[in-house]
Amino acid sequence: MSDTPFSILNEDGSCASEYRNIISDDDLMHLIKLILFNRNWDKRMIMLQRQGRLGFYMTSTGEETTIYGACHCLNDNDPVFLSYRELGCLFYRGVEPERILNQLIGNAKDNCKGRQMPIHFTFIEHAIPSVSSPVGTQLPHACGSAYASKYQNTDKVCLAFTGEGTTSEGDFHTALNFSGEFEVPAIFLIRNNGYAISTPETVQTRAKSLAIRGEGYGIPGIQIDGTDILAVVHTMNEAVDRARSQQGPTLIESMTYRIGAHSTADDPTAYRSDDEVQQWQQHDNLKRMIDHAKWRNLWTDEIIHDEEKKADQIINETISSCEGWPPPEVETLFEDVYESLPPHLEEQKSEYEQYLNWKREHEIP
Amino acid sequence: MSSFNSHNMIQALNEALDLYMAREDQAVIFGEDVGYFGGVFRVTDGLQKKYGAHRVFDTPLAEAGIVAMAIGMALENMKPIAEIQFADFVFPAFDQIVNELAKYRYRSGAQYTPKVILRMPYGGGIRGGHYHSQSPEAYFAHTPGLRVVVPSGPFEAKGLLLSCLDCPDPVIFLEPKRIYRASKAEVPSEYYTIPLDKAKVIRKGKDLTVVSYGAMTSTVMEAALLAEGEGYDIEVIDLLSLVPYDIKTIVQSVEKTGRCLIAHEAPRTCGYAAELIASIQQKAFSSLEAPIARVTGFDTPFPYTLENHYLPDAHRLFYEIARVIDYV
Repeated sequence: MSDTPFSILNEDGSCASEYRNIISDDDLMHLIKLILFNRNWDKRMIMLQRQGRLGFYMTSTGEETTIYGACHCLNDNDPVFLSYRELGCLFYRGVEPERILNQLIGNAKDNCKGRQMPIHFTFIEHAIPSVSSPVGTQLPHACGSAYASKYQNTDKVCLAFTGEGTTSEGDFHTALNFSGEFEVPAIFLIRNNGYAISTPETVQTRAKSLAIRGEGYGIPGIQIDGTDILAVVHTMNEAVDRARSQQGPTLIESMTYRIGAHSTADDPTAYRSDDEVQQWQQHDNLKRMIDHAKWRNLWTDEIIHDEEKKADQIINETISSCEGWPPPEVETLFEDVYESLPPHLEEQKSEYEQYLNWKREHEIP
Repeated sequence: MSSFNSHNMIQALNEALDLYMAREDQAVIFGEDVGYFGGVFRVTDGLQKKYGAHRVFDTPLAEAGIVAMAIGMALENMKPIAEIQFADFVFPAFDQIVNELAKYRYRSGAQYTPKVILRMPYGGGIRGGHYHSQSPEAYFAHTPGLRVVVPSGPFEAKGLLLSCLDCPDPVIFLEPKRIYRASKAEVPSEYYTIPLDKAKVIRKGKDLTVVSYGAMTSTVMEAALLAEGEGYDIEVIDLLSLVPYDIKTIVQSVEKTGRCLIAHEAPRTCGYAAELIASIQQKAFSSLEAPIARVTGFDTPFPYTLENHYLPDAHRLFYEIARVIDYV
């Protein structure tokens, strides 16, 4: 294993000609525009949160190349198990912004019925299972889901995202061990963005990389430059081919940087230097994609402005159509715990209804 | 015409799994030693040979992985049946059960409804010390989203397991291993189910109601016989399903007898009996003629050498029954 992550793009945005076909001009521009939209969206969501109109939010600035590049290599029905910083997967798969914002608000139109914090999405029609806060739990689910693909001969490949901090969890180990043992079509993609909230990567392990762990499970482990779209797509394509041709799982460690805060509840200035952030901003993954587009003569500077205008319009419309909806009806609190309402929940529901009636009668707010 | 076989609980469970595997091509069985060997208690004996190693298989030793893999399969509409070798070993999988399996339907707004059944032998009486004897039902009963079901004999084991396999909710199926081979019963050879919302009155009486489940049920029946010798007429209820539980049947009985005792092996504090007592006193307060009693394991780790002191036996039950009946 080499000491530097696998990369293809040169610093000036060029690449050796044989690598150019890894992604078509159209697809490259499509991804860039999606990421531009995502950044505008992130900016607006942060504003909404600051204004008290959203409870919580998480951005993915600095890691979009890995997220969009990986999704680009899958079929739309391939299950993707998100950790929590992969909103891009939803945009890539065409989830309507309205449905995303309804979840973030947790209103009556949220397809998860307001049951989870913002960012904890589920979109079954886009093969996106439920996001969970305890980190790493989704990784062995991907193994089971991939076992189902093999068992049902559906040819599906399961992609599971995780952060580097999560690789210290038992579920990470179990997922890789089980997936190797059962030779399932799964891909485990670590976004190594340097920090688990405030904890630097160096605190997680003495191992010199996370990708080398693949070897211990008998599966390929590859460390890539996550700011290099060609390296991401090339490596993902190889992993997808391996999975679809029944050669088992792959572990990919994508070296990225979380340019924003962990979440709107975090203040990263308390644990990392401005210099460090600025260095990464200069090496930003979107900037590198744009440099590559320039090298291909696909880029004009108006694109940023045009896309921002388009995004603003969509986001404004989305906000006005999602805000103002009431929260889900109170009775939904008791639904979906089981398939049907068991007697003890029926009782609790009716007791609570009586209490609410009492409150109304006594005009208690 | 239905035929019957004289089966112990192991054979009854094996037959249920066999029938279900034959019916449901998306069903798979896995866990530690369940495949080639057929399980340390032999519940899955012969099933790998019959259904193939892609449907009945051994996993690496990781309970969290077993449960999580089952969840992942169920997200794709497979019907996984996972075995945890001993209920004492389930705790590494606690997060996957409590935070994932139990909440998946709710938190996804019922988009994904993973149906997983976790079978696990539980309880004492096999000289297994702390780690082969515990009764963890209260942990799971406390978690919204899970069903908890406990059979008390071979007939119940087969019918309840088939009901649980058909039920759309995740189930913790606790198998009282002390009575795996303790006795045989007439078990219909065909596919049959037992309702999951009904407790069973297994002995009619008018002086006191004893509510129990699992292996403790047969101990309670012995105690009822001892009590009969003293002229006490005991009603015994076998709960079968702990979540949800059939409070109606219990309340009807207590309204008749006016006295009640709950028996289980698990420790007392915040044990399952506490929930029953709270519910019964609320719904049958005016019928009660004595405080509701509970006979349970102690609030100690499960002992090895002294397990016969820890486990409530028929005499200890009888002793408490007499105290409740004599209460004035």
